[in-house]
Amino acid sequence: MSLDLKFTYTEKKDTRSGFGDGFLEAGRRNPNVVGLCADLIGSLKMGDFQKEFPDRFFQTGIAEANMIGLAAGMAIGGKIPFAGTFANFATGRVYDQIRQSVAYSDKNVKICASHAGLTLGEDGATHQILEDLGMMKMLPHMTVINPCDYNQTKAATLAIAEHEGPVYLRFGRPSWPIFTPADQKFEIGKAWKMIDGKDVTIFATGHLVWEAVVAEAMLRQEGIHAEVINIHTIKPLDEEAILESVKKTGCAVSAEEHQINGGLGDSIAQTLIRHNPAPLEYVGVNDSFGESGTPTQLLEKYGLNAENIVKAAKRALARK
Amino acid sequence: MKKQSIEELQKICTQLRRDVLRMVHAVQSGHPGAPLGCAEFFVALYFDQLHHNPDFQMDGKGEDLFFLSNGHLSAGWYSVLARSGYFPVEELKTFRKLNSRLQGHPATHEHLPGIRVASGSLGQGLSVAIGTAQAKKLNGDDKLVYLLMGDGELQEGQVWEAAMYAAHYGVDNLIATVDYNGQQIDGPTTKVMDLKNLKAKWEAFGWEVIETKNGNDLKSVIEGLELAKSLTGKGKPVMNLLYTEMGYGVDFMVGTHKWHGSPPNDEQLAKALGQLEETLGDY
Ligand SMILES: Cc1ncc(C[n+]2csc(CCOP(=O)(O)OP(=O)(O)O)c2C)c(N)n1
Ligand SMILES: [Mg+2]
Repeated sequence: MSLDLKFTYTEKKDTRSGFGDGFLEAGRRNPNVVGLCADLIGSLKMGDFQKEFPDRFFQTGIAEANMIGLAAGMAIGGKIPFAGTFANFATGRVYDQIRQSVAYSDKNVKICASHAGLTLGEDGATHQILEDLGMMKMLPHMTVINPCDYNQTKAATLAIAEHEGPVYLRFGRPSWPIFTPADQKFEIGKAWKMIDGKDVTIFATGHLVWEAVVAEAMLRQEGIHAEVINIHTIKPLDEEAILESVKKTGCAVSAEEHQINGGLGDSIAQTLIRHNPAPLEYVGVNDSFGESGTPTQLLEKYGLNAENIVKAAKRALARK
Repeated sequence: MKKQSIEELQKICTQLRRDVLRMVHAVQSGHPGAPLGCAEFFVALYFDQLHHNPDFQMDGKGEDLFFLSNGHLSAGWYSVLARSGYFPVEELKTFRKLNSRLQGHPATHEHLPGIRVASGSLGQGLSVAIGTAQAKKLNGDDKLVYLLMGDGELQEGQVWEAAMYAAHYGVDNLIATVDYNGQQIDGPTTKVMDLKNLKAKWEAFGWEVIETKNGNDLKSVIEGLELAKSLTGKGKPVMNLLYTEMGYGVDFMVGTHKWHGSPPNDEQLAKALGQLEETLGDY
């Protein structure tokens, strides 16, 4: 049975390309934008910027700690540094550097993290960081963004260039449906209600926004009307949008390519607990590491795909 | 700032040492040893060498900048900042107290003039200084970036990442100084983790290296910094190995790691201050 999707796509692309294209555009708009990368220029799609602005781009070699410090220093000198590497090495490996030199020092550094989550696929658990959102959202001063497709990632990249302050921008490796508009305006901290519904709210971030769109259509076939809200900004969290939606629907599901511990769902739970306790079901990785496989296989095995969102929505509904 | 004579500068050193001891004594915490050993460096830098502007701007455009990577020397840095006009000397009495801008380790959070990045977790400052030096180049700003770090601190891997990077990019508007006091928390560096031939190490990483053999002699320190400055702009980052004695200036504190992070008690303070003339007026 074919699904009646509220959002569709004609093309797939990786979100990191959205970052790379946005980064190039940001560089054209503002001469203070500079780039740094720790031997992953191709993977981060930073090559076009490097080619066009060689004097404003710094290959750091495989030395992420140094890269974070360099970026803080460049920010002191009035530059807007975008420091790119894999999400694992952009967070866990350099947590103390980010904490002291960037977050506590409130530097205008953009930490650009690719290959986040399970969907980097075959490289396996050493590279599949599932704790980064938690680590970054715990840092005072840090803004944390996880866009959902190529277009949104590009828009987010342009938006963070204009935002003053430390930002963690998370994106990924796999080719993914492009289902949001090319000309969208990206407002940091403002959730986007993509689909109106009345029975249950699905709060999704990153790649799982697409899974939520699919889940909504599946639920509708069974007469369940889900509201889908795109939480591209994990911090600051749009609590108002969350509360308004749950007030209407009475229950919710969070969906993210991240550990349940410390992720988006955790933040939503805090919001609901404080203002409007309501049933919430988590779609996320449940306290385990990932493994090698294709993105599709991994999302299925770890319970993160549309089918799992549907099941979670039904569980939440049953608890109303 | 008008140049002062060695005698005048010497007086500031003595006062800085008094400030440091009184500050750590007042809160019975903090690190006296290394700032005592770096008094001549701090004073030579802020009162003689730096082209700086006490009218503090974070971006420091058009002026020399200084970064303290070994943030536990905060008492010494705060003293020299206050004494050179960044904030009221009176404020030194708030060191390490609640609601103070003079945090235990330097921070930007409280907006204390003179501080551009937090430090305390060792090993990060060189990277930041290099980044700022590169930003200066991009900005067409010909002023210099200075940095101080500890010798024990060099055991951190990030320092060597930064060392490699600075040479690769020819960051030659940077003068890094190592407080080569041979001491760290658990004992002499030779015992804890021997740094072996530091000069050869930095040279092998592609730096221009000078040695200031008597880092507690003001004239030598100034000459060393002058020499270092003369070596900037030649394609290589400059390293100044500054031989100091931890605890210098107080006979029972000198040359041992025991005073790295221990404050003097009342009796010890009185004894120490008896060896350091009050020259500019205590805060
Ligand atoms: C990353 C990190 N590890 C450990 C410490 C604790 N610590 C503070 S000072 C110090 C010794 C540093 O030695 P050195 O750089 O030689 O400074 P000195 O003792 O000479 O002042 C240590 C281990 C720290 N501040 N940061
Ligand atoms: Mg030492």
